[in-house]
Amino acid sequence: MTVIFDGLAAGMLLFLISVGLSVTMGLMNFVNLAHGAFAMLGGYTCAVLLSRFAVPFLLAAPLAAATTAIAGVILERVLYRRLYAASHLDQILFSIGLIFMAISMAHYFFGAGQQPIVLPDFLRGQINLPGLDIGVYRLFLIAVGLCLAFGLQWMVSRTSFGAKLRAAVDNPRVARGLGINVDRIFTLTFALGSALAGLGGALGIEMLGLDPGFPIKYIVYFLIVVAVGGSGNIKGSLIASLLLGVLDVAGKYYLPQAGAFVIYAVMVVMLIVKPQGLFGRTAAK
Amino acid sequence: MGQLDLSPLRRASSWQVAEFVFWLLPIVAYFLFPKSLALLSQIAIMALFALSLDLILGYAGIVSLGHAAFFGLGAYAAGLLAKYGCGEPLPGLLAAALFAGAAGFVSSFLVLRGTDLTRLMVTLGVSMMLYEAANKLTDFTGGIDGLQGVAMKPVLGHFNFDLYSKTAYWYSLAVLFVMFWLARRLVHSPFGLSLRGIKQNVKRMPAIGAPVHGRLVLIYTIGAAYAGVAGALLTQTTQFVSLDVMSFSRSAELLLILVLGGAGTLYGALIGTVVFMVAHYFLSDFNPQYWQFWLGAALVLIVLFARDGIMGMILRLSASVAKKP
Repeated sequence: MTVIFDGLAAGMLLFLISVGLSVTMGLMNFVNLAHGAFAMLGGYTCAVLLSRFAVPFLLAAPLAAATTAIAGVILERVLYRRLYAASHLDQILFSIGLIFMAISMAHYFFGAGQQPIVLPDFLRGQINLPGLDIGVYRLFLIAVGLCLAFGLQWMVSRTSFGAKLRAAVDNPRVARGLGINVDRIFTLTFALGSALAGLGGALGIEMLGLDPGFPIKYIVYFLIVVAVGGSGNIKGSLIASLLLGVLDVAGKYYLPQAGAFVIYAVMVVMLIVKPQGLFGRTAAK
Repeated sequence: MGQLDLSPLRRASSWQVAEFVFWLLPIVAYFLFPKSLALLSQIAIMALFALSLDLILGYAGIVSLGHAAFFGLGAYAAGLLAKYGCGEPLPGLLAAALFAGAAGFVSSFLVLRGTDLTRLMVTLGVSMMLYEAANKLTDFTGGIDGLQGVAMKPVLGHFNFDLYSKTAYWYSLAVLFVMFWLARRLVHSPFGLSLRGIKQNVKRMPAIGAPVHGRLVLIYTIGAAYAGVAGALLTQTTQFVSLDVMSFSRSAELLLILVLGGAGTLYGALIGTVVFMVAHYFLSDFNPQYWQFWLGAALVLIVLFARDGIMGMILRLSASVAKKP
């Protein structure tokens, strides 16, 4: 039971980070491998706010998200926007370049070590039920994840911003013709995706750790979530993340020799059997 | 109806003066830099590796983020072969080519399904799986410590691998040249032309009678075998296999080399490698930790401003020179 619970928490965390990628990759059709770098930025911001400025954790995490969103907007305005129409290969190369730069910068400013953080008291400790140990922080992660999942789903499917976004993605020219400011929608969406990454990175320090290798270490996981969940699909990402989290934790627990092998195998098989993902929209274009 | 002039196409496959000059350079380099032969042979090996990716990405348009897998397979195949008995270099190369080629053949059926994005993730996933496998099979591969005890016999029974990498250099260079020559024949053959056609328009090629899937499987297999040979060369010349032959960053670096030089031209792969390796050598001397930063910056700039790489610039330059009488 505890394994499943830990798996769910890990999955929720994965969801927090990768749903942002699902938004940029699925909705905006941009292969942003540098997504992990945004998560890392959020993580470092949070760590610095906590350790040097003694900001309370519940405030530091949203601040980290905001910082990442701002960085996202700047990068989108200056660089990403030029590549929306480029081939996937170009986008990949570009984002790999960003990853390399981010890793070096993290090295330069923070050193190679892990960043330690101290959680506030009310998020530490465990609740012991018969047969189940619940870490309070993990419970907190699950709660945050669920709230965000529902919030996002509501935003994309019910609000006018969501409708405009879907219109802008499906057919930018017509959307422009209808008076929708496509550029601004994309910038906002990108900011949202980055903010989610930053938030995930900040909340994830406790479980995933934080060092300059972060963007490469976890990129595969994020990609798997998007691949399995079907890109641009929030419900799909949620289910895929939870599945992946449980499988990963269970794999590490019961089959430590196999290591990450299980996960990669699952991804490859998944992609071959259902290239569109479990809950993918059938190809729009 | 005028006769269609095909002579430019026929001429395209004949050797030009600039190419002869290009291949004289490594010989000149041998005498100019006798102290850095180890680096020069590394360059030759990486060039072969870049060539292998160029065949599948530049010519056939198959996007791969995990090409290092085949490099690693070749490296381990050659290393294990030498460790357990057969230290002859040339059969080692052949075995590595066959092994990596077989792996390429099998995985091609996985890779060729789906779109760019799926390919990307499948290649990445396959290479990460192999990396994990090599990491965990410590009895076999040495895991993170690397494979040690690779003992090589002299090349052709005659030339020992020496401390100054003289043999290593000539050996790598010779293999590179032979493989390059084969690749050159290949891309100018009807088969090579059909690959270009597939890259430009997948839907139209079946209409003129080219079996797209079969051709792509074949080139992917060949590319994998090439990468295997490059990996085997690295093992044989350094007599060691480290785990990072399969790492993600090696695949990513390779992509950078190729776009730097210009994908889709054989010489682009070679020039890209030379520029990259020399820059790597000097920049990491300068500040080893942060050389990755410049690597990343270069990648971003290339994508934004110089999509066809160095080779593209050279071609444009020579075209504009040729225009002016």
